[in-house]
Amino acid sequence: MPIRSIKGALKVLVLVAIFFAGVWSQSSGVIDEFIWYLPDVQYLMVQHIWLTAMSGSLAIIVAIPLGVLLSRPSMARVAESLMQVLNVGTTIPTLAVLALSMSFLGIGVLPAVFGLFVATLLPITRNTYAGLKGVNPALMEAAAGIGMSPMQRLFKVELPNALYVIFAGMRTALTINVGTVPLAFLIGAGGLGELIFTGIDLYDPVMMLSGAIPTALLAIVVDALIATIAFLIVPRGVNPGRA
Amino acid sequence: MIRLESLTKVFDTQKGAVVAADHIDMEVPEGEICVLLGPSGCGKTTTLKMINRIVKPTSGKVFINGDDTTGLDTQTLRRNIGYVIQQIGLFPNMTIEENITIVPKLLGWDKTKYKARAREMMAMIALEPDAFLKRFPSELSGGQQQRIGVARALAADPPVMLMDEPFGAIDPINRAVIQDEFLKMQQDLNKTIMFVSHDIDEAIKMGDRVAVFREGKLVQYSTPDDLLAAPKNAFVESFLGEDRALKRLNLVKVREIVTDEIGTVIPSDTLESALAKIDDYGYQNAILMVNERKQPAGIINRSIARTTKGYCRDHFQAVPAVVDLDDDLRKAASLMFAHDQTWLPCVDKEGTVCGQITQRAMTSHLGARYRARQGDDRKPSAAIKE
Repeated sequence: MPIRSIKGALKVLVLVAIFFAGVWSQSSGVIDEFIWYLPDVQYLMVQHIWLTAMSGSLAIIVAIPLGVLLSRPSMARVAESLMQVLNVGTTIPTLAVLALSMSFLGIGVLPAVFGLFVATLLPITRNTYAGLKGVNPALMEAAAGIGMSPMQRLFKVELPNALYVIFAGMRTALTINVGTVPLAFLIGAGGLGELIFTGIDLYDPVMMLSGAIPTALLAIVVDALIATIAFLIVPRGVNPGRA
Repeated sequence: MIRLESLTKVFDTQKGAVVAADHIDMEVPEGEICVLLGPSGCGKTTTLKMINRIVKPTSGKVFINGDDTTGLDTQTLRRNIGYVIQQIGLFPNMTIEENITIVPKLLGWDKTKYKARAREMMAMIALEPDAFLKRFPSELSGGQQQRIGVARALAADPPVMLMDEPFGAIDPINRAVIQDEFLKMQQDLNKTIMFVSHDIDEAIKMGDRVAVFREGKLVQYSTPDDLLAAPKNAFVESFLGEDRALKRLNLVKVREIVTDEIGTVIPSDTLESALAKIDDYGYQNAILMVNERKQPAGIINRSIARTTKGYCRDHFQAVPAVVDLDDDLRKAASLMFAHDQTWLPCVDKEGTVCGQITQRAMTSHLGARYRARQGDDRKPSAAIKE
């Protein structure tokens, strides 16, 4: 009973705090300032989504076949060392990757998309590879023993059983991607980073937050979106969400 | 029919070449179950898996129904061989129906045909089609899953089946049930089956023939009865265990050693005539009383017949136990021990008395082969093939 009443009291307290925060923001004019940035937010958000969509879909298109390729038995010898190379690749900060791609491709959208693509590639490749390698060997033996060709084994057994892990990789990668796009502003590709970095430079917290809050919300939406797609696409028998 | 000709597998390991299977020559006649038996690492699984090329043979040939499979494309070969593994290996992403119909689909059957086949298979393994076909493997118990595994292997009606310790992961009670079901199915299906096991009891129960392996070599290949009666060397003998004579009880039916001659009395006989019959037949302590349909009705004890006057119908005791002609000796022996009897009446399917089985007859039947062998130690058993 005491725990329950403490919880109840906390709830009331939180509601009261939110109420007073609302009253304060209304009276101090913060809300009006946010509304003033709304057209900017809309414009930059479209840019932001474009950057994510282009680099993300490019990464998915390349990473999944790459992961599949590395998981083939014929690649077994080089696969682990190649994965290590890719792992080292992720330890390079995204900012450095963007800077490098700027020095080759100049400024603008192209180097930004390339940099983001590189940063997004690895988690998806890694999960595709690990997911396929993690398929129960007994299933593979049964599939082979039944007389499936290597392609049938890949599409009917391996990929469906690895799909949940592959989707987990896409979730991580694309969420990170959304959070990294603001850096693209630094090499002239636009996006919500424009509000964030300018806000920091001008010491204008409202401007910075009107870039940061939509970025965070966008990341949450992307995560939920991919989770929903996974829920719908991954076959019921191997989908923990629908078990 | 499966015939292996000098089938050999050499694995290259870091410690050098290991011969996993060394020139295996054997033949499984059509419609028989051959159990490959041996301790782990003896080459039995390697030998099995070379047949469908999960393990690629180093040399040697595999013939199926007389045809050399060497030139056959691997996928075609495998689609015509049913394959059941210990880990079951049902595809968790597919429904039971999709799992069962996978080989028919690979073979290009049309939809109505394979759908009907799935229902047929479910009926064969005694699972309700409507309740199970749309479910996923993870929703089934281990025993049910392995039944589906067997159904999947049988779906395209292959002439030959390979089973790698198929019931090894199932608990003992369910295992016995599923073994019995499988044997019953096999009576109708008449498949040629290779079956790997490390369990001697399973081998004796399931096998028409048993092949004992040791260190990559086929040591003995014979019927279970011959194997138990005449193990070829000390290794086979120790692998079969010291109670191997008892294991033979499973293999012999009451029908084989029943004596037709049994003295009986009827309820209207006097105890005097019963006593005379007991002495005539040389029974030690009792005689069976049968009713008008020749069914066992009671036992007249010698001591009662000697000391009492009257009719059998008033002085009999209940029959302790009867055995059916199709029961095995293990059951007969168990009943004898449980009821402290040295003989039991035998009945046929209608319950009519048709003879008796005695402890003496059982022990002499089981002992006959051992005595013959001890008398002539050098002579190899005719059933043993190298």
